[in-house]
Amino acid sequence: MNSIGLLLILVIYLAILFFIAHWSEKRSHSKWTNNAYVYSFSLAVYCTAWTYYGSIGVAAESGLNYLTIYLGPILIIPTWMIILKKIIRISRVNKISSIADFISLRYGNSRFLGALVTMVCIFGIVPYIALQLKSISDTFHIVTKTESSANIFTDTTTYVCLALALFASYYGTKYVDASEKRRGIVTAVALESILKLIFFLIIGIYVTYFVFDGFDDIYQKAALLKDFDKKNTIGGISNGINWFFLCILSMFAIFLLPRQFHTAIVENNKENHIRTAIWLFPLYLLLFNIFVFPIAWGGNILFEGKGHNSDTYSLLIPQLFDNNTLTVLVFLGGFSAAISMIIVSCISLSTMLSNNLLIPYGFIGSLENASQKKNNRRIVNSRKIGIFSLIILSYAIYRIFILDYSLFSVGLVAFVIIAQLAPSFFGALFWRRGSKKGTITGIILGFSVCFYTLLIPFAIGLTKSTSMFIQEGPWGITLLKPFQLFGLDYLEPIPHAFFWSLLINTFSYMAISVSFSGNYRERNYAEMFVDIDKYITNHENAFIWKGTAYISDIQKVLQRFLGEDRTKRALTIFNLKYNVDKDITTADARFIKFAENLLTGHIGTASAKILISSVIKEDKISLPEVLRILEESKENLIINKKLTDTSNELKKISVQLKNANLELVNKDIQKDEFLDTVTHELRTPITAIRAASEILHDDEDIPDELRKQFLQNIISESDRLNRLIDKILDLEKFETGKQKIYLSKNDISRTIKNTLESLQQLIKNKKIEVVFEESSSEIKAFYDEERIVQVVTNLVSNAIKFSANANGKIIISIIENRDNIEVKIHNNGKGIKKEDFEAIFDKFYQSRNQNVKKPIGSGLGLAICKKIIEHHKGRIWAEKEVLEGATFIFTLPNYNTAENS
Amino acid sequence: MKKILIVDDEPNIVMALEYTFKKNNFEVFIARDGQEALEILKNQLPDVIILDVMMPMVDGFATLEHIKKNERLRHCKVIFLSAKNKEKDIESGLALGANLYVTKPFSVKKLVEQVHELTQ
Repeated sequence: MNSIGLLLILVIYLAILFFIAHWSEKRSHSKWTNNAYVYSFSLAVYCTAWTYYGSIGVAAESGLNYLTIYLGPILIIPTWMIILKKIIRISRVNKISSIADFISLRYGNSRFLGALVTMVCIFGIVPYIALQLKSISDTFHIVTKTESSANIFTDTTTYVCLALALFASYYGTKYVDASEKRRGIVTAVALESILKLIFFLIIGIYVTYFVFDGFDDIYQKAALLKDFDKKNTIGGISNGINWFFLCILSMFAIFLLPRQFHTAIVENNKENHIRTAIWLFPLYLLLFNIFVFPIAWGGNILFEGKGHNSDTYSLLIPQLFDNNTLTVLVFLGGFSAAISMIIVSCISLSTMLSNNLLIPYGFIGSLENASQKKNNRRIVNSRKIGIFSLIILSYAIYRIFILDYSLFSVGLVAFVIIAQLAPSFFGALFWRRGSKKGTITGIILGFSVCFYTLLIPFAIGLTKSTSMFIQEGPWGITLLKPFQLFGLDYLEPIPHAFFWSLLINTFSYMAISVSFSGNYRERNYAEMFVDIDKYITNHENAFIWKGTAYISDIQKVLQRFLGEDRTKRALTIFNLKYNVDKDITTADARFIKFAENLLTGHIGTASAKILISSVIKEDKISLPEVLRILEESKENLIINKKLTDTSNELKKISVQLKNANLELVNKDIQKDEFLDTVTHELRTPITAIRAASEILHDDEDIPDELRKQFLQNIISESDRLNRLIDKILDLEKFETGKQKIYLSKNDISRTIKNTLESLQQLIKNKKIEVVFEESSSEIKAFYDEERIVQVVTNLVSNAIKFSANANGKIIISIIENRDNIEVKIHNNGKGIKKEDFEAIFDKFYQSRNQNVKKPIGSGLGLAICKKIIEHHKGRIWAEKEVLEGATFIFTLPNYNTAENS
Repeated sequence: MKKILIVDDEPNIVMALEYTFKKNNFEVFIARDGQEALEILKNQLPDVIILDVMMPMVDGFATLEHIKKNERLRHCKVIFLSAKNKEKDIESGLALGANLYVTKPFSVKKLVEQVHELTQ
């Protein structure tokens, strides 16, 4: 295949990748990009070109050793449900965007520690990226059968680098907040993971079943090769220990590699996705490894004695059989593996570089006073420049240094360097005593040991086995031989370096942590990390801080990064979350932690702390005090939860009480009004009686006619008094349910006519015209006649009282409906005030103006009417839409049409 | 001859008062509610006005307010006559500028004495 053709394929492939990233970025909330499978496959960024090509190389050269890299993760993955979930929670609430943030925040939000972790990562990963570039370049030349070019302008890798840098810097820095999810990148990586697996399985099947005749065939043929047995047995205890350390090493790597931290933690959308990942990811690794061995030994059989690089067997085999398509597919799989690693690693490293090194040590000062737009541009640009420089650096390393090394060895060196973060990382999760001093000492010492036992020998040249330094130790001191430190001679260089560096690292981390207690901030974060589940919802509560701070000052800082709107929104959320009054001007510990969190995604934890600290005044706080507060806050959290529950309960009850009380007060008012009305009504006749009696008593020469009149008055007022008492008792009976209704079949027209007759005198007195629109047929209904007479009497006498003085007219009509019988009593008087429509039937009703008198007795009368009608299962109301006067209507159920008649 | 205006909607009470005051040499005017009273007051200037508080349409308090607004009627003595005998009713009645607040039921004889006192 010629270069141009392959290059064209690469361009198309990259274009598809760009498109996928673009598409999923736009659909960042769709279930296509936001599911557990995308998450799980994105974790397979673990399988780089090293897995893709290197495993085959290792299997071909040294048998089963390649397996350790996959066994470690597979063994540790079941614990993800606990450990990974914990890390995800800590990172989510603290807005952590890289492993440097994670470790430095735990150890007191230390700027130096963040920078140190970043340096370690860059040291470990950049050569590893260079390795990926090398694999792209090597395989490209194998597929095109060309020699690698010394001229960087004719080297394809240069252009691939450029494209990758563009891609990563475009999709990797879309958000200023580094803790934001990058759906585009993640989906593209997940897709690449699927592709590289499929391509690898295809070549595996091709080699096993098409080139050879199944697994057995390969095994039988391979068994004839020399060294087969030696390469495929674990050589005793020492080899077993090597295995053990390599497994532990890869176990750490799956947590600590920046790209793994990025895909597993930073890009995790839902904790639940872990559930899928814990079976799917190991399954993926397993599938990837099925054909490593057949391809490796198939290659060994096919190319015996030809001295080919065993790393590239998967390309050489299809090429040997002139299968161009398959060769290109395999190449694309390897290319995918390489570029997804490069992209994710670069994004992760560049975030660390900017958030933990460049900003806190570099241009934080200039961020302090610039506008939001300017700041965001600077932050994003610093990350873009970071990505470019990392790729350029890797490219340089690839061009200058590691053209000679195998994929496997450089990958493992990276693992060992990254493993230096293990003690402080896992200590952060489970050990409260771990301190910053211990961490820093541990990492520096561990790294130094790595440097001595791995990096120096590698730099001198692994291949130059004659090197005095390696063979005899510096200055001939055998105890210091870099590959056999202190006489430890049965470990391979990688496990050897891993063992010593981690031993010293862990020991110094623990010893110093125990000997010198850390400061209060470290202890504070230790609590928040170790007990994350307790603080998950209100983690700001766990932050301890004392001093003076003003919300407005902090707000100004926030605005420089978040802008005015987002700051305002965030403040509202905070106030709602903690039920804080928005007018409060001083900031408390919770608010300071909240503000730091808001900035963390943009500029990292260390810079966030520095910026917030610059506008607040913190008081010294002692470690014992912190411990005391933590103890209290732990209790408080529990008590608070209970209190909140109780207080909600109380709130509910108090609302009920309030309502009940209101009702009571209302009833009380009504009762008072009733008593007022009643006493007034009672006193009026008594007054008249008393006045008349007094006159009769004192005045002896009163004319006879007048004397009679006064006596008559006394009689009528006494009757009135009696009627009033009857009414009150009546009402009381209805109220307490003592009143009985005796239903019988009656003719409503007759009842009304009879009632009108008894009112004749009143009607005549007021010279009122009464029209009774009788119905033609009899209307029978079931009711207590005496009671209905009472109702009609009341309504008609009211109508008489209210009708106009001149030309007064009352119209009474009956309407028979299907369900009921309606009696309407209308007068042409002044009508009812709007506000009184409902109230007139209340037993103690008084018009709004308390001193305006109602017609005598009506207050009680209508109330009684209502009770009577209600006892008949009817309704009584005053009609609202009346042009003139007032209309009262009551209904009685019509049993003539109902089924139960 | 002194003039008295009796304002009450209870005919039997009015009748007793009318008889008593006529006997005591008052010229008596009668109104059944506040509106009628104000109507009468347009042409008459009584020395004493006896005002019931609870009346239909325009109540006693509102009537007194009208009276007090009228410069010409300012010096009329006003007696409230009411079955509302709570302290707060009495207070608010006197605060409006009534000279007396007599609660129902009342002694006719005593009321006459009080009116005499007021008009002296």
